[in-house]
Amino acid sequence: MESTQITDTPPPTPQPVSAEQKRAARGATRPGDRIFLGLSRGSGIFLLVIMAAIAVFLTYRASLAISKDDANFLTTFEWNTGLVPPKFGIAVLAFGTVVSSIVAMVIAVPIAVAIALFLTHYAPRKLSGPISYVIDLLAAVPSIVYGLWGALILVPHMNGLFGWLDTYLGWTGIFSWQGGAPRSMLTVGILLAIMILPIVTNVSREVFRQAPQMIEEAALALGATRWEVIRMAVLPFGRSGVISASMLGLGRALGETMAVATVLSPTFDIQSSLLDPGGGTFAQNIASKFGEATEFGRDALIASGLVLFVITLLVNGAARMIIARRKEYSGANA
Amino acid sequence: MSHAAIADKPASTLRGASLPKWSPYAIAAGSLAVAVGIGLAAGLDSKVQWGLIAAILFLLGTFGIAARVEGRRQAKDRIATSLVWVSFLLAVVPLVSLVWVTVARGVKVLDVYFLTHSMGVVADTEPGGGIYAAILGSLEQVGLATVIAAPIGVLTAVYLVEYGRGNLSRAITFFVDVMTGIPSIVAGLFILSLMLMLDMEPFGFAGSMALAILMMPVVVRSTEEMLKLVPNELREASLALGIPKWRTILKVVLPTSIGGITTGIMLAIARIAGETAPVLLLVWGNPFINANPFEGAQASLPLYIYQQYANSAGSGAAYDRAWAASLTLIAFVMILNLVARGIARWKAPKTGR
Repeated sequence: MESTQITDTPPPTPQPVSAEQKRAARGATRPGDRIFLGLSRGSGIFLLVIMAAIAVFLTYRASLAISKDDANFLTTFEWNTGLVPPKFGIAVLAFGTVVSSIVAMVIAVPIAVAIALFLTHYAPRKLSGPISYVIDLLAAVPSIVYGLWGALILVPHMNGLFGWLDTYLGWTGIFSWQGGAPRSMLTVGILLAIMILPIVTNVSREVFRQAPQMIEEAALALGATRWEVIRMAVLPFGRSGVISASMLGLGRALGETMAVATVLSPTFDIQSSLLDPGGGTFAQNIASKFGEATEFGRDALIASGLVLFVITLLVNGAARMIIARRKEYSGANA
Repeated sequence: MSHAAIADKPASTLRGASLPKWSPYAIAAGSLAVAVGIGLAAGLDSKVQWGLIAAILFLLGTFGIAARVEGRRQAKDRIATSLVWVSFLLAVVPLVSLVWVTVARGVKVLDVYFLTHSMGVVADTEPGGGIYAAILGSLEQVGLATVIAAPIGVLTAVYLVEYGRGNLSRAITFFVDVMTGIPSIVAGLFILSLMLMLDMEPFGFAGSMALAILMMPVVVRSTEEMLKLVPNELREASLALGIPKWRTILKVVLPTSIGGITTGIMLAIARIAGETAPVLLLVWGNPFINANPFEGAQASLPLYIYQQYANSAGSGAAYDRAWAASLTLIAFVMILNLVARGIARWKAPKTGR
């Protein structure tokens, strides 16, 4: 204002210059910048396209199969894609998938939470690092090696435990055993539990690590024992984190293929006992039926895969949403 | 003198009675001995049961003794401590057993001949043959998957960290998270549905595409974490010198975090190298050497393990080969893990002086 008054000349038209400068300063107009932004945004969009394509293509192939299915796809206890007309349904697979995953969760979650507590609150500081590394190694072992180990080492070792369970808990019906090879849902569940242990442990550990130190120290100062500190200050804080960690583990257990395919001796019916061999899971059924399937049979397997995809999508999405919500109010990622 | 006087006093005046430090070890040893005794007496042949009995005895013993001497609250604390320790040991047992068995059984047939020959016409139930074709196939499939997934993953992470604001980046973040949870067999089915529509026979690159889908979200996540560690001052200094943003990213941000990004990619490779399900659907396996990933069925190491196990009808020779292949696979994955962690430590982002 003042300078214009003193020089008494009209101010040089600043509009075109400043606009150009602005554009240059923003940087987005330089060709290099535009190309780079385009490339990186393109890759991000490509990922979204892949997710959409998975849903679209699976749905399309699945619809081809389901439209020719002579039985109810959701409630049929059969998988005969070779019949004319074909009859197949996912009831057995859904049951087996849910049961084996629940068994895995029941075993893995308490142990994983305990290990996470061990790493954050119990282990000597020097031990904590190497132990985390051991847990990471558990996660790095390929699932097919777990499968081989499960089928050749774990299964023979289960005989004793199964006999025990049958003797003392057989009256419940869930733990009765007719003496078949222990290639059953319980063995599968135990193997899956070992496999999902690392992810549940790692996520829970991160949550427990963020528990407010002040409250813990206050509780200790009031004379609380270590367990009371954990029960009153750490576990309530970490509850939603543990829930989402468990759901991430559940997502893994639902989709695990090779470990189940090697250990389970599948049948297409539902066993009331966890100890008797039989049943099947989505992923295992796809892997074992795929070899001799015709093109129509493959479409039917894709249909069952679509159900698995939707289930894992829901479970994982829910888990991630819980984690994201928690981050916002805890300020842990600030 | 005064020390002696204090030591002579009963310890219970201020702190209450407490068990000596060695008591957990003593209880553990005792319960283990009793468990072995029970196991021998009852003729339980499974060591798993011995361990379970020992664990239960240990927990009961700890609780009982501590409740008598120290009171209920301390007893609960002790039992929580023991439970936590027992859980940790429970998790270590399978890992140790798995590594031990794999090494012990794997070394039986693992030699240069095994690594440099393929199955060819060797029947599944006979001894002989090897994993050369499987190693070759696995390296090609995993290599191609890396070539696809690593650039896309890194670029996506760059977009999320350097450019990403608003709905698009939020959507990408969410779906990348969800994508890490896709079961590997579903990724295989997706490529399979494409192949069915294009009427294609199984070939190595189809497996690579499925593996790339599994690998991308892992690379995005780890790269994102690394880029976030790069201090903003570095970016600002570069931009203040008038350097365009894309050159800032290429010359300042990425070189600073390259160690972490490499680590992430190597861990992702280690993860997909063991994937069996998509390879089973898309690559089929092949006892003969096929070095061309773009035509014809190929072999693959994890798939080889599965086929040796599944097609062998309980033959010892095939199981030996499966264990030896497992040992090779685990060794490969562990070496990748170790090297990746080494790089992470060696090239940690230099934050300040």
